[in-house]
Amino acid sequence: MTVETVEAVVDVQAGASVRRRRQALLTEMAIAAGITLLLLFIIPAILTASGQGVRVNQLGRFLALAIAALGIDLIWGFTGLLSLGHGIFFALGGYALAMYLQLQLPSGQIPEFFNLYGVSELPRFWQPFYSFPFTLIAVVVIPMLVAGGLGYLVFRNRIRGVYFSILTQAALIVFFNFFNGQQKLINGTNGLKTDTATLFGLQVGSSPVIQGTFYVLSVLLLLAAYAFCRWLTSGRMGRMLVAIRDDETRVRFSGYNPTGYKVFVFAISGALAGIAGALYTVQSGIITPKAMDVAFSIEMVIWVAVGGRATLIGAILGALIVNFAKTGLSEKFPEYWLFFQGALFLVVVTVLPAGILGWLRTEGVNWLRSLMGRREQLITYPSLEEDPDVQYERKNLGDRESDS
Amino acid sequence: MTQILESLFGGLSIGSVLLLAALGLAIVFGLMGVINMAHGEFMMVGAYTTFVVQNALKKTALSEIYIFIALIAAFIVTALLGMLLERGVVRYLYGRPLETLLATWGVSLILQQFVRSVSWQFIAGLAIVCLLFLGALKILSRRPDFERIRGWAIAIMLPLSAAIALVISSILGQTFKLAVTKPWFGTQGVDVTAPKWLRGGLPIGTYQLPYTRLFIIVLTIACVVGVYWFLNKTAWGLRIRAVTQNRNMSACLGIPTKTVDAVTFAIGSGLAGVAGVAVSLLGSVSSNTGQSYIVDTFMVVVVGGVGKLIGSIVAAGAIGTVSYVIGSNAVGPLVGFSSTLKSFFEFFATASMAKVMVFAMIVVFLQFRPAGLFPQKGRTVDA
Repeated sequence: MTVETVEAVVDVQAGASVRRRRQALLTEMAIAAGITLLLLFIIPAILTASGQGVRVNQLGRFLALAIAALGIDLIWGFTGLLSLGHGIFFALGGYALAMYLQLQLPSGQIPEFFNLYGVSELPRFWQPFYSFPFTLIAVVVIPMLVAGGLGYLVFRNRIRGVYFSILTQAALIVFFNFFNGQQKLINGTNGLKTDTATLFGLQVGSSPVIQGTFYVLSVLLLLAAYAFCRWLTSGRMGRMLVAIRDDETRVRFSGYNPTGYKVFVFAISGALAGIAGALYTVQSGIITPKAMDVAFSIEMVIWVAVGGRATLIGAILGALIVNFAKTGLSEKFPEYWLFFQGALFLVVVTVLPAGILGWLRTEGVNWLRSLMGRREQLITYPSLEEDPDVQYERKNLGDRESDS
Repeated sequence: MTQILESLFGGLSIGSVLLLAALGLAIVFGLMGVINMAHGEFMMVGAYTTFVVQNALKKTALSEIYIFIALIAAFIVTALLGMLLERGVVRYLYGRPLETLLATWGVSLILQQFVRSVSWQFIAGLAIVCLLFLGALKILSRRPDFERIRGWAIAIMLPLSAAIALVISSILGQTFKLAVTKPWFGTQGVDVTAPKWLRGGLPIGTYQLPYTRLFIIVLTIACVVGVYWFLNKTAWGLRIRAVTQNRNMSACLGIPTKTVDAVTFAIGSGLAGVAGVAVSLLGSVSSNTGQSYIVDTFMVVVVGGVGKLIGSIVAAGAIGTVSYVIGSNAVGPLVGFSSTLKSFFEFFATASMAKVMVFAMIVVFLQFRPAGLFPQKGRTVDA
């Protein structure tokens, strides 16, 4: 008889928690929509009005980078795989779009740089990039396939931890060497320029329409990527990823095969980096093998670390903060930026392991409270208050004489 | 015949540099499970130490054997740096190898910029910051409520001492001008000239074996023998091996694992310094020197496995030989019967494209031996 009452309690509480969760979700959606509108209409207008028009372009680029940061957060923050090779996927996305833009020529011509190396015929793998739909698919799918393939080969052997990081870094070097050395195929070190190309009759680099479009696209795609990652990490999949991060062996012993999940999430993360690379390339005007620099890929990781691992907002914030700090500081003290960056790595890892957002959620709240002269919050376990078993025990077993 | 000899020797000399660089890394990785991203920068520091020693001894009687003094100096300097890194950063991150990797990367960035901008003015500023900041903390730590005000003390003292140091060092720069502001090494590479007896080469047939390469091979052999002797015949070596095999059990049996970590890290870094001396003989030394070796070195550790030293030796030899053979297109003539194969190998016949091929081979290799050539045997599922 008592059991029935317990179940009744569960139902009521589950209903309440569902309602609460739905409300929280609605609030979150409203906030996200608000920020998006702010980014779309108000911030560019303010910046342009105050004569800081260049900053709009910067903001657009950094928003694109934030998409890559979301990808890093998925694999590192949630799944615990530290990839030092995301530059590959970033560059692949960038190169795909740049190749399409390079081919916007009168028919019969081939991009100018080919003449320098005495190539008269377009290499075969350039051919599909005449098509716009193909390019759009390629921006997402090529990095995804490369990431998936590499991930499969590595994860199926249960290579993980530091080994995985080193291998991705080696892969990065390999891709860098390949792109850097092949002048006849993709213009080697010089990379592909996109700012002089024309798209729909407008010059990409100087036309405000095109640049504006890509700014808007960056904002919208960032929103979409955020929503996607939020959806992915909130359900069963997200719990699986966190489980793999926290104890992969146990996941395997529970009857799951983590390989598939890891390959999947690595491929998704690669695709996000590819999108970011394409958006970034158009807004910066060039893609070179430099995007596959070892340092750049590790920088992506530090964006996430600064913002807060396993918090999607943190990844976005981190990417924006670090990049604006970088442009600000390296404009003023070009020599000392590396010192700052090195110190950033050290400080974030040792003092702020949970990142800014993680700190705000735990100690930051208490710090603010202590500043205002209020007592620190006690950490409690709210789930205990809702747990029907605990409630049941308290009600029925708690007041026995043997307890006191 | 000459060609085979040439490939063999070329591979051996690339492999020996790799091995020298990987030796320290492999020991530290085996013991603590952490990868030191600053290892390459320790090599660079070793190379710059060679440069400094060479200039210091230029006019003296020791100028012909400066290289041996440089070896000792580089070992000591980088070992101290490694000790500092372990005590200051790595030990706080024990059990978090990925975070360690990021932190040591930060250290490597700082070291790179440090050698670019170090000057007397810079050193003076740094010394003033340390003196003021640590001194202030020392004085404050006598107060009974130090724990409470510590956060504030750091937040106030650090910018304050930095500002004072900035002012003083800029005054120094104004008064002494170029004498103190000139960077010691600058962004340009510096050159280490080999002593006279290392120039030239040993002629074998029509081919010359450069003495510097021979020297590096001998140095590598000496280091391997030295490490082998240290690990197997000394008390500390025994402790290191014990901790490598089972850290908890070693701690239970009274081995000071923290000290073992520090000692191992210092020795590993010292070996990087020795590798730096070798690298300085091969070409000009700049702040990027370490970066160009580091990834190959990691690959040696991955392929070799962490169980035995022999793994690193075989892996370094194999990677060195394969990259040399492919890079110099030594296979080309052998497969002359098939034009497709020939053009295939020609495509990869540069040093950087050889890396592409070697990486592909490593990935294939890892499909069969995921834990490397000589994995550590054990029954833990996490091995």
